[in-house]
Amino acid sequence: MSNRHLGAKLFLLALVCYFLIPVWWLVVASTKNAQGLFSGSGALWFHGFHLLDNLHDLFTFNNGEYLRWLGNSVLYAVTGGIGSTVISVLAGYGFAKYSFRGRNLTFALVLGAVMVPLTALVIPTFVMMSNAGLTDTVWAVILPSLLSPFGVYLMRVYTSAAVPDELLDAARIDGAGELRTFLRVALPLMRPAVITVLLLSVVATWNNYFLPLTMLSDSKLYPLTVGIGLWSQLASSNNGGGQSLWSLIITGSLVSIVPLVVAFLTLQKYWQGGLAVGSLK
Amino acid sequence: MTAIRSSSGRRGAVGWLFILPFLAVFAVFLVAPLLYAGYLSLYTKGLATGTTFAGLDNYTRAFTDPSFLKGLWLVLRFSLVVIPLQMIVALVAALVLDEVTGRLARFSRLMIFLPYAVPAVLGALMWGFLYSPSFGPLEQISSLFNVQAPFLLSQGNIFYGLLNVVTWQWSGYYMVIIYAALKSIDTSIYEAARIDGANARQIALRIKVPMVSSAFVLILVFSLIGTLQFFAEPQILGPIANGSVTPDFTPNIYAFNLAFAYAQFNYASAISFALGFVVFLAVAVFMVATRKRGSIFT
Repeated sequence: MSNRHLGAKLFLLALVCYFLIPVWWLVVASTKNAQGLFSGSGALWFHGFHLLDNLHDLFTFNNGEYLRWLGNSVLYAVTGGIGSTVISVLAGYGFAKYSFRGRNLTFALVLGAVMVPLTALVIPTFVMMSNAGLTDTVWAVILPSLLSPFGVYLMRVYTSAAVPDELLDAARIDGAGELRTFLRVALPLMRPAVITVLLLSVVATWNNYFLPLTMLSDSKLYPLTVGIGLWSQLASSNNGGGQSLWSLIITGSLVSIVPLVVAFLTLQKYWQGGLAVGSLK
Repeated sequence: MTAIRSSSGRRGAVGWLFILPFLAVFAVFLVAPLLYAGYLSLYTKGLATGTTFAGLDNYTRAFTDPSFLKGLWLVLRFSLVVIPLQMIVALVAALVLDEVTGRLARFSRLMIFLPYAVPAVLGALMWGFLYSPSFGPLEQISSLFNVQAPFLLSQGNIFYGLLNVVTWQWSGYYMVIIYAALKSIDTSIYEAARIDGANARQIALRIKVPMVSSAFVLILVFSLIGTLQFFAEPQILGPIANGSVTPDFTPNIYAFNLAFAYAQFNYASAISFALGFVVFLAVAVFMVATRKRGSIFT
C-alpha cells in the first residue's frame, strides 16, 4: 500500500519537474546578465545576480515601451474580461431562469457558436473594423473580446443547478423587482461560476496574440504578447545587437506571467470547482 | 389565470432583456464577420479588373491549393497525436492526484496547472530557449553523455518540438477538469467495488474513467478547436527556427500571410471560412458520434 503511494509520489514529482522546468529556467535566466546567459555555464543554475539590473533595463528600454505594453495588457484584460463576464452572467441567468419563446433555438445558436473557431473570424473582423475606421485603436482589441459563448454556456449550466426557482419566487412575492431579485438573491449564489468565467476570460484576453497582432500596427497599442513577439523577431533577425534584447525578452516574459500566476494561486478555492461545471451535465 | 399569464409574459420579456447584451455582441462579432467572410470569399480583387464576382472559385482554389492542403494536413496530423497525448497525461495525473492526498498532491496539482496561466506566446518562447543550442540546457545535458542533442526546431523535428509545447501548456487545464469531475463521484461506489474484490486499477479503469467521460467530451472539443486553429506557437518559433515554419505552415498562418503580406483579403477570407467549416464539421461529427454512444470509452 505505502509502496504504491511511493511510486505515485515519485510520479508526481517527475510531472512537477517537467511542468516547472521552463518556468524555473526563466527565473534563473532573468537573474543573469547577457554574458552569463551565453557563457554556456549551466543553463538551469544561477550565475551572478543581475535581476534588478535586468528589471531596470526592461522598464527603461526604448522609453519604457515595456511598461506601456504592460499597461495595455492590463487595460485589454480588465475591460475585455470584466465586460465579457458581465455579458455572460446576464445571458446565462436569462437562459437559465426565464422561459420565453425562442429560448431553446437561441441557446442552440450559442452552443453552435462554441464550435466556431474564433480565429477564423479575425480576418473578416479586421476588414469590418478597418471599414469602420476602428483598426489601430484599443476598441479593435476590446470589442471582439466581449464575445464568449462558452462563458454563457457555463453560466447557464451552473445557474440552473445552483439557484433554486423557489428562492427567486419567494423574493418576487416579497415585492422585489426582477433586477433586484437577480442582484440580491441569484448573483451571490452564482459567485464561484462568476469568478471562474472572469478568470477564463481575463486569461483569454491577456494571452491573446492573433487578434491584437492583426488589429494593431502602432506599437504603442501593443499588449505584452505582441510586444515580446516583436522583440524576439528583432533579436533573431540581428544576431549582433540581439544579445541584450534576449535578456530583456527573458526578464519581460517573467514579469508578464507573474500577475496571472498570482491570480490563480490566490483564487484557487473558486476556479477549481468552477472549471468542472461545463463537464457536469 | 390571465394575471398569471400576463405576468409570465412580462417575465419572458425580462428574459430577453437579460440576454440582449450578449445577442448584440453575438450579432456584431460572430454572425456579421461570418457572413462577411462568406461574402468576401465569393469575390476576387485583381489589380486590373477590380472586384469581380467569382462564385466558388476561391474555394476550388483553396481545396486544390497545395499550401492550404499541406497546412490542413499538418494540423489534422497534429491533433491526432497531441489530443490523445494530452488526454493521457491529464487523465493519469488526475487519477493519481485523486488517490494521493496531502501537501505534495496539492502542490503538484497547482504546478501542473501553472502553464495554463502562461500565454501561449511565452510558453513557445521559453521552450524555444530550452531547445536552443546556444543557451538551452538540452545541449549541455547531452554533451555530458557525449551525444549530439536533437535540435527540436529543425525542419524534421519541429512537429515534436511543438507537440511538447502544446502538451506542456494544456495538459494541466484538462487535468483540473477531469480531477474536479472525479471529486464529484460518490465515494461509496468505490467501497462497494472494493467489497466485490476490485483492486485500485480496476476501480480506476472500470468506474472512474467511465464516470468522467463527459469531461473527456468537453476536453476533446476544446482541444480539437484549439489545435486546428494553431497559430501563435509556430508563428513565434518561426524566427528562431531557421525556416522550419513556412508562411503556409498552418491554415491560420497561411491566411494571415495572404491577408497581410499579399493583401489578398478575399482569398484569405475563403481560407478562414474553409478552415472554420472544417473545424465546425469535425466537432459536430464528433459530438453526434459521442452522443449516440453515450460515452466514448465504454
